[in-house]
Amino acid sequence: MHKEFVFAGFGGQGVLTAGMVLAYTGAAKDYDVTWIPSYGTEMRGGTANCTVKLSDEEIANPFYKRPDILVAMNKPSLLKFMDSVKKGGSIIVNSTIIHEMPEVEGVDIHMVPVSDIAAGLGNARSANLCALGAAVAVAEDIISIDDAADGISGYFTKIKDNGSNIAVLKAGYAAVKQPSADV
Amino acid sequence: MAMTKKIPDTIKGANTFCPGCGHGVVVRLIAEALEELGHADDAICAVAVGCSCLVNVALGIDKIGCPHGRASACAAGIKRVRPGNLVFSYQGDGDSLSIGLAETVYSAQRNEKFTQIIVNNGVFGMTGGQASPCTLIGQKTTTTVDGRSVNMSGVPLDIMKMFGQIESVAYLARGSVHDAQNILNTKRYIKKAFEAQMAGAGFSCVEILSPCPTNWHMEPVDSMERIAGVVSAYYPIGEIVTGGGLNA
Amino acid sequence: MKQLMKGNHALAEAAIRAGCRFFAGYPITPQSEILEYFSWRMPEAGGSFAQTSSEIEGINQVLGAAAAGQRAITSSSGPGFTLKQEGISYMQSLEVPAVIVDVMRYGIGLGDIFYGQGDYFQATKGGGHGGYLLPVYAPSSVQENADLVALAFDTAEKYRSPVIVLSDAAIGQMCGSVELPEMKEFDIDRFEWALKGRDRHYPQGRTLTDRMYYDFGYDEYDKHERDRYDAMKENEQLWEEVQAEDAEVILVSYGISSRICKEAVKAARAEGLRLGLIRAITVWPFPTKAFQKYNGKASAYMTVEMSQMGQMAEDAFIAAHCQTPVYSMPTGRDVADSEDIIANVKDILAGRKEAF
Repeated sequence: MHKEFVFAGFGGQGVLTAGMVLAYTGAAKDYDVTWIPSYGTEMRGGTANCTVKLSDEEIANPFYKRPDILVAMNKPSLLKFMDSVKKGGSIIVNSTIIHEMPEVEGVDIHMVPVSDIAAGLGNARSANLCALGAAVAVAEDIISIDDAADGISGYFTKIKDNGSNIAVLKAGYAAVKQPSADV
Repeated sequence: MAMTKKIPDTIKGANTFCPGCGHGVVVRLIAEALEELGHADDAICAVAVGCSCLVNVALGIDKIGCPHGRASACAAGIKRVRPGNLVFSYQGDGDSLSIGLAETVYSAQRNEKFTQIIVNNGVFGMTGGQASPCTLIGQKTTTTVDGRSVNMSGVPLDIMKMFGQIESVAYLARGSVHDAQNILNTKRYIKKAFEAQMAGAGFSCVEILSPCPTNWHMEPVDSMERIAGVVSAYYPIGEIVTGGGLNA
Repeated sequence: MKQLMKGNHALAEAAIRAGCRFFAGYPITPQSEILEYFSWRMPEAGGSFAQTSSEIEGINQVLGAAAAGQRAITSSSGPGFTLKQEGISYMQSLEVPAVIVDVMRYGIGLGDIFYGQGDYFQATKGGGHGGYLLPVYAPSSVQENADLVALAFDTAEKYRSPVIVLSDAAIGQMCGSVELPEMKEFDIDRFEWALKGRDRHYPQGRTLTDRMYYDFGYDEYDKHERDRYDAMKENEQLWEEVQAEDAEVILVSYGISSRICKEAVKAARAEGLRLGLIRAITVWPFPTKAFQKYNGKASAYMTVEMSQMGQMAEDAFIAAHCQTPVYSMPTGRDVADSEDIIANVKDILAGRKEAF
């Protein structure tokens, strides 16, 4: 079992943190884990991304190559990474700010208004965790939503009550699982 | 009462400095100060490169030979891991104020709690008498053959003035070894610097004006007179900061 | 218990747990997290931390602290690592054990904070003056950042030698799960040679200076140094082999590049291409013993490293002993791609690639 995730967006959208929570969750499940951020001159232009890999075997290459799951929080990130997504993989699109989705052959597209969902739950800053929940919904063979909720509690140890963060995470998960649900 | 000649046990044997050099006197004063303060057994000296490194054969305490200019950094590292030991650097003006000026100033600036001994003879002695930061205006050296000029080399560096601006410094003094009274005063300065260190007060430094008859191309007695005259006129002798630092 | 940590943090924490109680250094990307971590962790562990005015002051404070018997460390990158070289040469002449970390970044001069492996020569060939050598460990994971810094202290003390940990920006910046070593404490007085004040062993005090002067005659000294380096070469080589046994072509790599090589081996094997890997864990001493097993048996070695011209390639060439040809794949500023590696290997087998 091996899964490759890319979280990408503007700096400040929390994509590095969302990836860290996933990596933390994977490490707690005893997977081999790598998390590597976009870095150096790559950072110019205000975009940020990270690659997270979880595996029950040793992970060799920590860099993105053919992600199973892309979380695209803004349009430049979507355009940069969408063609690298593995056939049969998934893209979580932040449909709050990305309204038009180009065709990507052989890839499941999930339009999730993560910023709206987080704001609607009174926790606008945690749109990244909403996106993480959506990503978990298409990666349940390696990580469950309950694992991810435990991951949030374990990672954000300085926050006393992670209830609101977990609610946003689960709303993102539900938005993929029940796309017809009114959110 | 008969006079007895006592050599401190901490002097290993005959030193190898040039005739008339002031280093031998300074080493003797350090040895006496360490013994009188009861610190000869726990003292550690960070030894500079240049004529200073000849203390390796003169001083019978723990010593480390440091890279050019870095003795104060080494001393700081030693003192940080052995705060109970008396730690001092032994450096010339070329070493401490030229290649090692950053390490010197930042040891004081960061309030490293060791004692810096700077023997100022105004030349690079070991390398054959080139100009140092403390070469006086008009002084001829192998790299200022017509005499040091302000236009070419600026004015001589006064480390006591630089240190004096750092409010956390515990003790600063400038001594000299050109006559008996100044030798006694210098020993007192060294002891006070060591005492400030062992009290944990902060950084301390004693700069000592010292003759280099070999590279000044002067007789030893004339060298002493040069210090009494022109050198101490530019570099005034005395205590600059007492009772400073954390205990102030 | 495993935990998720950033490579630079894992290295710093592992150093503390290995009993290191002194750090002095200066900020430079991509190693600054090491400095930042030590700034609070070192005092917490009862040690001393100094942010110095330069890397030169940093390494010399480490020289003093290590000479006084403390386990001491400094870290830097790029031009800062160059400034450490004077002190490293002195450490080797005084035979003072300490650990120096280089989190390699790309390029000469200022270069860039991006990933790089261009300091290989500087680290492994005696980067300071005079022609010394010293053990150099090259971690390729967050776990090895922790394991090898702890081992580096043991090796340093075993030989009374400075030891370099040659990490890189990718390993330093990435996060991974890591099992940290147990916490150790050391008696600062455990070495007879270390500065502590004169005693019955040294009634006239220690003179810890270039060992050529007082501890050896000039004639004895060269032999003494040769013997030390020979012992390190004989005893300290470390490497990992991945499916090298039956490999037609064996990749040779280290650090971040070696991880891509592992991916390439797996992918090549999946398409029936017998590819293997020798991953150097010590880049000095270079793992020549691994080569001795395959020289004349494998059809080719190919080095993969992030430099412009290939640096490790020279060591592989020497280790191959003209029995197996060596090819070089230097990737410069780019991290290698496993598909490119396989394409290069196919070029070798088809006679389309020029040997190093």
